[in-house]
Order: sequence, then structure tokens, then C-alpha cells
Amino acid sequence: MKRRNFIQQTSAATAFIGFGGLSSLSFKPSNKKHITILHTNDVHSHIEPFGPEDSRNPNLGGVARRATLIQRIRNENPNTLLLDAGDIFQGTPYFNFYGGELEFKLMSKMKYDAATLGNHDFDNGIAGLYAQLPHAEFNFISSNYDFKNTLLDGHTQKYKVFTKDGVKIGVFGLGIELQGLVNKSLYKETKYLDPIETAQEMSSILKKEKNCDLIICLSHLGYEYSSDKVSDIKLAQATADIDLIIGGHTHTFLDKPRVEINKSGKKVLVNQVGCYGLYLGRIDFYLDDNNENQTTGVSLEV
Amino acid sequence: MNTFRLSFYLTITLFVLSCKGNSIETAQIKAERIPIDKSINGDPEIERFIAPYKKHLNKTLDSALAYNPKSMLKSDGDLNTAIGNLMADIVMEQANPILVKRTGKEIDMVLLNHGGIRSGLNQGNITTRSAYALMPFENEIVVAELSGEKIVEMLTYLEQAKTAHPVSGVRIEMDQNYKVTRATINGKKIDKEKTYFVATSDYLQQGGDNMNFFKDPIALHQVDYKLRNAIIDYFKKVDTLKVEKDDRFIRK
Repeated sequence: MKRRNFIQQTSAATAFIGFGGLSSLSFKPSNKKHITILHTNDVHSHIEPFGPEDSRNPNLGGVARRATLIQRIRNENPNTLLLDAGDIFQGTPYFNFYGGELEFKLMSKMKYDAATLGNHDFDNGIAGLYAQLPHAEFNFISSNYDFKNTLLDGHTQKYKVFTKDGVKIGVFGLGIELQGLVNKSLYKETKYLDPIETAQEMSSILKKEKNCDLIICLSHLGYEYSSDKVSDIKLAQATADIDLIIGGHTHTFLDKPRVEINKSGKKVLVNQVGCYGLYLGRIDFYLDDNNENQTTGVSLEV
Repeated sequence: MNTFRLSFYLTITLFVLSCKGNSIETAQIKAERIPIDKSINGDPEIERFIAPYKKHLNKTLDSALAYNPKSMLKSDGDLNTAIGNLMADIVMEQANPILVKRTGKEIDMVLLNHGGIRSGLNQGNITTRSAYALMPFENEIVVAELSGEKIVEMLTYLEQAKTAHPVSGVRIEMDQNYKVTRATINGKKIDKEKTYFVATSDYLQQGGDNMNFFKDPIALHQVDYKLRNAIIDYFKKVDTLKVEKDDRFIRK
């Protein structure tokens, strides 16, 4: 299957302008495949919703509610991928008491497909993370941490290809530099590899060798920095072939994805939904077998 | 294809209903941010699964560890407060034996930050939950070996801060204009030729609250002890909290 160049051929409108013209949109649903990507990041062991008295996030969040919402969306479109961009651990006593067991068990019950690792996922050390792996029935995808000389060796994947309704979705994962952020005694011999080079390598494999239709990067690099530090925005600009970057670490609340231009001049979506499971991110891709010859699409506006 | 068409329109319906989340909407890519709020009922199976964990957690968090005879607030003093003194004294008492065991050296003084006191302690039973409220962060206690020069820099910092940063092991007197008039560690004046073992949090040692005198110490000693765990262990050890506001850090 040839990869569909869907992003750059999209006709677009901002949020509500799209609705008025919905019935006049020219695409034919019968020709399209529909893939739904759901995502969270930086949930930080938030199992229960915030209470009504909370000063910042009253009555928001909660795993049980998230489970209901995910199931509702899955019933609507079984071709759904559920992803997390790291920092599953640390933030409530649930983590301090149970070491991440409950977080992994609940994510397994919600049928997460994959997660990447955030810096706080090392808070109980490599051994602490390793000990909880039996509770996780989903994949840990990490492309730029070399775990060869650690307990985690062989327990994470550099990338994974998911096939939904015949659409091949390649997912890889990028973690932040741990030195200076996490105690060395916790991450031990984990080697940090350059995220941009790794991303190029992974997206090239996923596109050329694995013939993926969609390439998603799960990132815990952080959204954007005022310094030169590598971020999701820098990653989007400096690479080719990534369609969507699902980010984390900076607890950035984007109300819609940001669109960046990659080094081949194509569009990349960058999204992040804050933290603590307050929101679920949802991105629907409609892929059309017939539109691969179309070259004059209207640019995507957000 | 009918099922697909149906699912497509359901998507749009959901989208319209959940318009609190902003979105881009295109023929081919659509994005939205869905708030997890009260309008969504929790999945009963997930709630049942969480229940025993929650019960055990709450039971442990709420069991009494110690008794506090007098409520403590971080605002109840000028340059020292009962709650700040308590935290600094806990660090001294709990971390010193570890440093002695590892290095043979004793902690000379403790400095924390006033902003790091995250709650007060009510009169009555003190629980693990109180310790989490007081110290929700995961900071570790570290011991920085500082030159006498750096201790003088620390005093200058405190003159400018004019804040009840918690201390232990040191006595500082300032005049009404916050100029240090007398400062002693272990009852002796600060010796610029000597080095001092200062316990603090890893956050402050790494420059938090602009405590730059902690950067590049002569040596940095890890005690691998979280501040909160030190507080919990102390609460378990004592029956009644006795630490009070005193004259360790005052203006005259």
C-alpha cells in the first residue's frame, strides 16, 4: 500500500466554521478509512478525579470516567489506537504506596496499545519500573533510550506497527535526556541517543521498509523551550515523514494541535493534552485510497 | 459501508456535543480535546477495581502517627516559625545519623525554604496524609559541604530574602533592617577557613529559590532519604510534637 499524503492535501477550516459547511464537504465517506487516535500524557498517578474543592482542576479527571469515554469512542470506531506519552508514574500516594502497579493495571484494562517512557517513570529506578512490567499488557515504545546494560533490555521496542482496517500505523517513541533530570542511580546505564537522528532513522524504517500509512511519534521531549533544547516543535521542523507528534513532559494544554512544517515542506501535527488525565486527546484521520494523485489540496488551517 | 457511514455521523455528533474542547475540523483530519468531567459516568468495573486500593490507601494515610497540641501555620512568625523549625529539626535529626554512618561527619546546619512548607499542621492527630500535604514533592535530602565563604554568601542571601526560611543548627540575629549582627554554628562564629556540612533539599542545592551558594559545593553527600519520608519517620517516632517558635533566627 502506498502511503497516503493526507495531511498536506487537506481542505480545512477552523473549529466551528467547519460545521456550517459540513454537508457540503466533498469527501465521500464510503471511500475513506477512519482511524481514531486517542492519547494522554503526564497522568502522574492520578487515579481519582480532583474533588469539587480543588482550586485548579475541580471535578476534572479520573480513570473510571476516562475508561467510559474510551469505550464509547471504541464502540463508535473500533479502529482506534490508545497511546500515552509518558510520566505515568509519580504525583499521588497511589504511586508511593503501590509503585505503579495500579496505574499499569488500569491502563491495561482500558486497553492502551502503547506508551513511551517519561523521566518520572524512572522514579523508583530501572528496577522499580521493571518490577511493574508484568502488570502492563501494552507495549513500551522507546527508540532513543539504549537499555542494553540495564534490566529493561529487551522489554521495550524501538517501534511498532499497528494495522487497523488495513491501515499501517507506525509508532516510535522519544524520551528526554535523563542526565540532570533524574538521579543516575535511578536510570543507571541507560544511554540517551540523539532524538532527531533517532527520529529520522525510525521514520525512515517505518515509511520505507514497513510501508506505514501513518507515522506517529510518542514524545516526552517537551513541547517548546526558549533555549536550544530539543522539543517537539524542533523535532517536527527538523525531520521528515512524521505525521503526528503526541507530546508530554511540559504539561502543555493545547486546545488544538499545532501544525508545523517539516524539512520536506510537509505538515506535521503536534499535540499535547496537559496532564493528570484531565483531558483525552482525540485525532481522527480519514484516509482515502483514491486521493494519492491529488496534489493541489488546500492547505490545512488551524 | 452503511456501518461506516453511521459511525462517521456519530463521530460528528459527539464532536458537536463536546464543543467545550476546541478542534480543527477538516474533511480528512479532525482533532478535539475532550474534557474528562462530571458529565461522564465512571466505568463501574474500573471503580470496583480501584476500590480496595483506595480503601487501603486512605486507611494508611489517615491513621494517626503523632499528636499536635497546637496548630502551626507558616505565617505565624517573622524569621522563624514553629512549622519551619519542625521541618528543619526533622532533617537534622533524621539525616544526621545517615551522614555519620556514611562519612563520619556530622551535619552542622540545615537550611530549607519557606516556600517549601506546603501546608500548615492542624491541632490534633497528625497522619501520613499531613506529611503528604506538608511535603507533596519527591525531594531528597542532600548534604552540601560548603566553605565558610559560602556560608557568608548564605547570610547575605538571607539578609536580602527577609523570609523565614527554616533553619536548624545555626543561630542568626539581624537588626531591624535585616543586617546580620551575629551568626553562630554550633555556638561558634563562622570561620571562613572551615568547611560546613549543610543539609538541604536536592531542589535547593540545584539552585532552587536562587540559593546559588549551594551550587558547586566542595562535596555533595547523598543520604538517599526523601524529605517526606524523613517527616513520616519522625512522626512515627514521637508521640507529641514539641517543636516551637524560638530565637534561632530573629530580628532584634
